[in-house]
Amino acid sequence: MGEYRFCTSETAWCPGCGDHNILEALREALERTGKQPHEVLVVGGIGQAAKTPQYINTNGFCGLHGRAVPPAFAAKVANRDLTVIIDSGDGDTYGEGGNHFIHNIRRNADIKHFVHDNQIYGLTKGQASPTTDLGHITEVQPFGTVNEPMNPLVLALSLGAGFVARAFSGDKDHLVSVMLEAINYKGYALVDILQPCVSFNKINTFQWYSKRVYKLDEAYDSSDKRAAFEKAAEWGERIPIGVIYKAEKPTYHDKIEFLREGPPLVDRPVNMDKIKGLMEDFK
Amino acid sequence: MDYNILIGGSAGQGMDTLAAILERVLKRKGFQIFTVRDYMSRVRGGHNFIQVRFGNEELTSHRKSVDGIIALNDETIRLHMEDLSENGFVICDEEISFADERVIRLPLKTEAKASGNVKAMGSTALGTVLKLFDLDMSCVEDVLKLIFARQDIATQNMGALKRGFELLDSRYSIEPADSDGSILISGNEAIALGALAAGCKFYSAYPMTPSTSIMNYLATKMAEAEVVVEQAEDEISAINMAIGASYAGARSMTGTSGGGFALMVEGLGLSAMLEVPLVIAEIQRPSPTTGFPTRTEQADLKFVINASQGEFPRMVIAPRNPEDAFYQTVRAFNLADNYQIPVILLGDQYLADSTTTTRPFDFDRVKIERYLSNDDFAGDREYKRYELTPDGISPRIIPGKVPGKTVLVDSDEHDEWGHITESAEVRKAMNDKRMRKLEYLKKELQEPDFLGDGDFETLFVAWGSLHGPVKEALKLLNKTGEKKYAALVFGDVWPLPEKLLLEKAGKAKAVINIEQNATGQLASLIRECTGIKCDGSILKYDGRPICAEFIIENIKLILTQKQLFLEQDE
Ligand SMILES: Cc1ncc(C[n+]2csc(CCOP(=O)(O)OP(=O)(O)O)c2C)c(N)n1
Ligand code: SF4
Ligand SMILES: [Mg+2]
Repeated sequence: MGEYRFCTSETAWCPGCGDHNILEALREALERTGKQPHEVLVVGGIGQAAKTPQYINTNGFCGLHGRAVPPAFAAKVANRDLTVIIDSGDGDTYGEGGNHFIHNIRRNADIKHFVHDNQIYGLTKGQASPTTDLGHITEVQPFGTVNEPMNPLVLALSLGAGFVARAFSGDKDHLVSVMLEAINYKGYALVDILQPCVSFNKINTFQWYSKRVYKLDEAYDSSDKRAAFEKAAEWGERIPIGVIYKAEKPTYHDKIEFLREGPPLVDRPVNMDKIKGLMEDFK
Repeated sequence: MDYNILIGGSAGQGMDTLAAILERVLKRKGFQIFTVRDYMSRVRGGHNFIQVRFGNEELTSHRKSVDGIIALNDETIRLHMEDLSENGFVICDEEISFADERVIRLPLKTEAKASGNVKAMGSTALGTVLKLFDLDMSCVEDVLKLIFARQDIATQNMGALKRGFELLDSRYSIEPADSDGSILISGNEAIALGALAAGCKFYSAYPMTPSTSIMNYLATKMAEAEVVVEQAEDEISAINMAIGASYAGARSMTGTSGGGFALMVEGLGLSAMLEVPLVIAEIQRPSPTTGFPTRTEQADLKFVINASQGEFPRMVIAPRNPEDAFYQTVRAFNLADNYQIPVILLGDQYLADSTTTTRPFDFDRVKIERYLSNDDFAGDREYKRYELTPDGISPRIIPGKVPGKTVLVDSDEHDEWGHITESAEVRKAMNDKRMRKLEYLKKELQEPDFLGDGDFETLFVAWGSLHGPVKEALKLLNKTGEKKYAALVFGDVWPLPEKLLLEKAGKAKAVINIEQNATGQLASLIRECTGIKCDGSILKYDGRPICAEFIIENIKLILTQKQLFLEQDE
């Protein structure tokens, strides 16, 4: 695959796993941005989805389980020239990393969050995740999950996220377009990507999703928050995919005066005379 | 010569401000200062006190006996009367009564009211104190302007202070030392200033006493010093953020106390595994869990040395006083960058909150060394983030800064390129590579500070903030007794420097560890690393800092017991 700038490498994912298409879509979206690999940073936590940085030719950060968001945020703060993308799982993002997911939305740094939502813990062999549907039987939930699934899109909207979308790994072209729109948006963008796990989720299969997903059409107004809440909550027989909500908001960098303009933080020299001058406060 | 003034009252009575005024005025008059703060973990009520010690010779610690008390409530008098020297004094409002001729009841409130603000009664008391010590009103107005943002309040306090000045006659006299341009600074402020001098650009933390004042200070300098201070949602986020910013090339730091550090432990290992430089300030308070939030202890030594699963190199430095804290913070950043490891600054509440006069920091001694290899990889040379090298340190480049080169880091065991591996050989090679850095790091260790002269019988060993109290104890002990004392006070505590310890312990008749904990963690570490067993311990773990008097009392006890023991043996 040497003809691509963002070439991908052999993965350890199961054949038929939705992650393959998500990786391909990410590659295509990045090709289309015109960026060079060294200008992009892909961050993951731990899990199957979180291995994405391993397989694509960009800067990559595979951190701790549940902790993809904090380093991604901070890397963007340090160097706003980097295009920062998080690729991680539903367990990683909404379970172990739930607190970071919530509070990072409030920061609105210009980072993109692609959640590979297979409604299951893949890497640890099939336990329920925060998005697993009620009644789903697993080894750890032998009588079916009794805890209600969370809806990450509704949660994100309620926290004021400026870009909320849903996509499906089975519709790659659409996924690429949603990813591109997220990358081009200025601010935090959440894309929850429905993804079959062929090995451990025998309920939400490719067919299960294919039967249910439908694309939001031209007539849909993604700036209407009320409508967005409705679409975000739609789950079951029909599941909308596309950009559910999009609105301009000041980013983290906009909100901090000395970051708004001037070079990225990493390129700012230490003004030693100024720092030395701070000693005057102690005289 | 020095005097010790205690200001006591309940939280919310403005003692902090009073102490800040008093220490600053005295400092500007040319005195040496050591101020220790004793707070309760509450915002209102309770009993809090601050002791401002001032003198014309170097002051390295607080002391228990006091020469004057400003009592904002009667509880202060009841609690501290036993520490008051025979010819000491207590200043309080006339409404308070206490049967002791040292108590001077004055119309503090009335005089403050007359100057326009009854809340300024503390300033009235300060006026009387200046007068008692036969000091003039110089520097007072400037300091009040500095402390009170509002001009009208500064004026009212100035009025109240002047009125207090007229209430009494002078009793004591003390000559200031030469004003030497020194600064008056706390340990946490020195750490924060050190971080800025080192070029720290990103500080993420979650508030936790007694570490929060680092974040507070940095936050006020955000724009000026171009440092981003982010209050994280929890300590896990704080440390992971700092690692992310550091990966992206900004010098980064996080800070917390023991409870927060417990949450950071997985992140500590991440910094080591990714080989991303990181500086962490762990400012100790007593006990597991919540403990004694506003008090002091040194009981996290073994915890921070051993925290995390797996084996990896780390460095732990325990700053000994604000001056040391400044330079050690700069050094921590350089060591972290050089070895691509986590470096922990292990402080405590005593270091964090106590303010002392210190020589101004010498910025010529500040060298920022980043150890980056961006330029070496500008051409065709292949970049491997975890290249195996003789010293274990792989070339580091900053993501985004070298066209054509990407940086892949991974918490999974990885190969030289950062790719996940399952290979036994690669795993061993990578572990060896990381551990090799420790061998080189050991060559850079700073030996403990040796206090005393060559001729001693008893050797104290201590670490971190006990430097000051131990130094004062030695001064007093060696002045009177025929038995000679010396001390080694460790700053670098992990890896433990052994050379000087082996040399001095070999000469000592007795080695005694002095620690602010219940189990003698330094003694245990020393025994583990060198086989040297301490002959006795002076330990304190009630949350209140050790002072020279405490050390002297206890060493006498220990040595007497030893003597009796020897006699029985004969
Ligand atoms: C602190 C910690 N706890 C638990 C684990 C084990 N663990 C690894 S991945 C994972 C869940 C992965 O699920 P998800 O994020 O949905 O990713 P997927 O594999 O489904 O893509 C768990 C529990 C870990 N690595 N670290
Ligand atoms: S276990 Fe599931 S998520 Fe993981 S690679 Fe296989 S199919 Fe994909
Ligand atoms: Mg999953």
